Amino acid sequence: MLLNNITFRLAWRNLWRQPRRTLLTLGAMVFANIILVCMISLQFGMYGLMIDNTLSMLTGHLKVLALNYKDDGKIRQSIDEAETLARQLRNDLNRLKNKNFEGESAANNDTEGENNSVKIAVRGKAFALASSEDRSFGILVMGVEPEHEPQVSSIPGLIQRGRYLSDSKAEEIVIGSVLARNLQVDLDDEITLIGSGHDGSFAAAVITVVGITQSGMTDLDRSIAQMPLQLFQETFAMGNGAHEIVIRAPDLSDVEEISIRAQRLLDDRPSLVLHDWDDLEPGLKQSIQADLFSAWFMYGVLITLVAFSVLNTMLMSVLERTREFGIVMSLGLTPGRLGRLVILETAIMGVLGLAAGILIGTGLVAWAGIYGITFPGMDEMGKQFNLPARIYPDLTVFQLALGPSIVFAATLLSSLWPALRLHWLEPVQAMRAAG
Amino acid sequence: MSDIRCVNLCRTFHQGDITVTGLDHVSIDIKKGEFVCLVAPSGGGKTTLLNAIGGLDKPDSGEVWIAGKRIDNMGKSALAEMRLNNIGFVFQAYNLIPVLTARENIEFVMEVQGIPAADRHRRSAAILTEVGLEGLEDRRPAKMSGGQQQRVAVARAIVAKPEIVLADEPTANLDSSSAEQLMDLFVSLNKNHNTTFVIATHDQRVMEYARRIVKMLDGRIDQDIPQDPR
Repeated sequence: MLLNNITFRLAWRNLWRQPRRTLLTLGAMVFANIILVCMISLQFGMYGLMIDNTLSMLTGHLKVLALNYKDDGKIRQSIDEAETLARQLRNDLNRLKNKNFEGESAANNDTEGENNSVKIAVRGKAFALASSEDRSFGILVMGVEPEHEPQVSSIPGLIQRGRYLSDSKAEEIVIGSVLARNLQVDLDDEITLIGSGHDGSFAAAVITVVGITQSGMTDLDRSIAQMPLQLFQETFAMGNGAHEIVIRAPDLSDVEEISIRAQRLLDDRPSLVLHDWDDLEPGLKQSIQADLFSAWFMYGVLITLVAFSVLNTMLMSVLERTREFGIVMSLGLTPGRLGRLVILETAIMGVLGLAAGILIGTGLVAWAGIYGITFPGMDEMGKQFNLPARIYPDLTVFQLALGPSIVFAATLLSSLWPALRLHWLEPVQAMRAAG
Repeated sequence: MSDIRCVNLCRTFHQGDITVTGLDHVSIDIKKGEFVCLVAPSGGGKTTLLNAIGGLDKPDSGEVWIAGKRIDNMGKSALAEMRLNNIGFVFQAYNLIPVLTARENIEFVMEVQGIPAADRHRRSAAILTEVGLEGLEDRRPAKMSGGQQQRVAVARAIVAKPEIVLADEPTANLDSSSAEQLMDLFVSLNKNHNTTFVIATHDQRVMEYARRIVKMLDGRIDQDIPQDPR
């Protein structure tokens, strides 16, 4: 039989017979819910930042590479007519995307439309020896499209001094701040690149430094240099080839759909492979999963403590009402209904804890969403994962409700034992026990 | 046909090494509409017999039949259903639910039975008047006197019109005036609704109202005497 009114009234009033105990248990639930709402939102906010910042540096969301290039990285494993293919992908993917969001895009202004488009850039890559007058270092030289690279990578925005590349044919290069220091070169100084061309020939160029970048990631600032794609192709005898076509989706959630569409466009090019960011940066997802695992272990301990607190409260509550349970059983209440009464009492407490926890947690997360949060050690972590000094929580219904829902389920679970105990209660003994 | 039939009931209790006999081969038939008093000194077995009849306690052996159905071998839920629909209990210690008001206590059984709210309210209002508790319907038990609480307990027991009312020392905590009022109410219900009453008591005033006195001693029926009630 469904729970009727009297069951709810009984449950509600029973809860407030020992208001201090109920409030303490409720407080534990609310506290746990607030912690979970805040921590989960912050965690997902941080993961979002980690993914976004790492991918925006060089990786992008998707990359088109020649077969086996990801593993071998040989200069010969190039994409023929890379710029033409990139243009085709740019047109097709954005046309398809606009068609999908026709209704929305009508309402959007141009800037929003631009932000919503799929960004694509072509890169060539080669290892070379970079030499100044006094020093030489082995580096990774990247040939980039100056007009498209800023749309897929954050490196052009990290210019510390000078400027970014402006002309796809100009003999200019942008280098990292550590490399500049190692080579002892500054803006307008020349460096010499020596390497092997696509065809195995000797590749060499003398290029002027026009910009120095600082990403904060020492490895990157020490080993990477960017030059215009056409100059790169000429220097390394690439013809019209390049090594990767980087695709950046408007949002991480769009990647899967764009990947499917891009793959369709590449179906007639079996020598090319489309890799997604998970493929390209396996360590990123693994570090997130490791962090999630340790966090959920901690949350698990917290939830277990709350569940035991509820179990203790409900066991005490059942024990001290043994006589009353005997009375209502003698009046005709079945053990099942009595058990449901106990579960309902817990459920009411759980709902109150859930509502208060989500409400207060949302307030705190909303505040942190405006002002951001920083904590000791954030700088080191930021450098490691390319994060800013402040993190902002990710506020979604799922993240808000996830933790409190688990607490609610755990509290309901913890009321099962006290409820089950009632099945073994004998009315006469129950009435005599406390009578 | 008997409303209540007990056949050869035995019940023993164990308190450490001591075994106490509660019922010793008790057999009794009580017909519908009877007004019976179970009389015994303390420990004589009257409450044990009452509990066995009400399905609150199971005998070690023997059979209990209520309205033609054997109940001693029923499961807990079936017994609860049987009590809900057939039996009204009045206890010595009132046994009201402390978090419910007088009216809610009275309506409790009807609400569990699934009787619609309007009907419940009408019947609880009528019974509150009948037991002289108008104006006290929103009071909780803690704010009522013993007599008032017992009247609420009686109202709760009879409001759903059970076929049988089992009362265990119902007047033990009442003054003589309240006890008299309560017994008048029982007699009136017995006459008007043909409700069967089985009352365990050692109160001489209560015995005067009964049409049958069953005297028990050491868990056995010693005497079963019909009498003219007061």
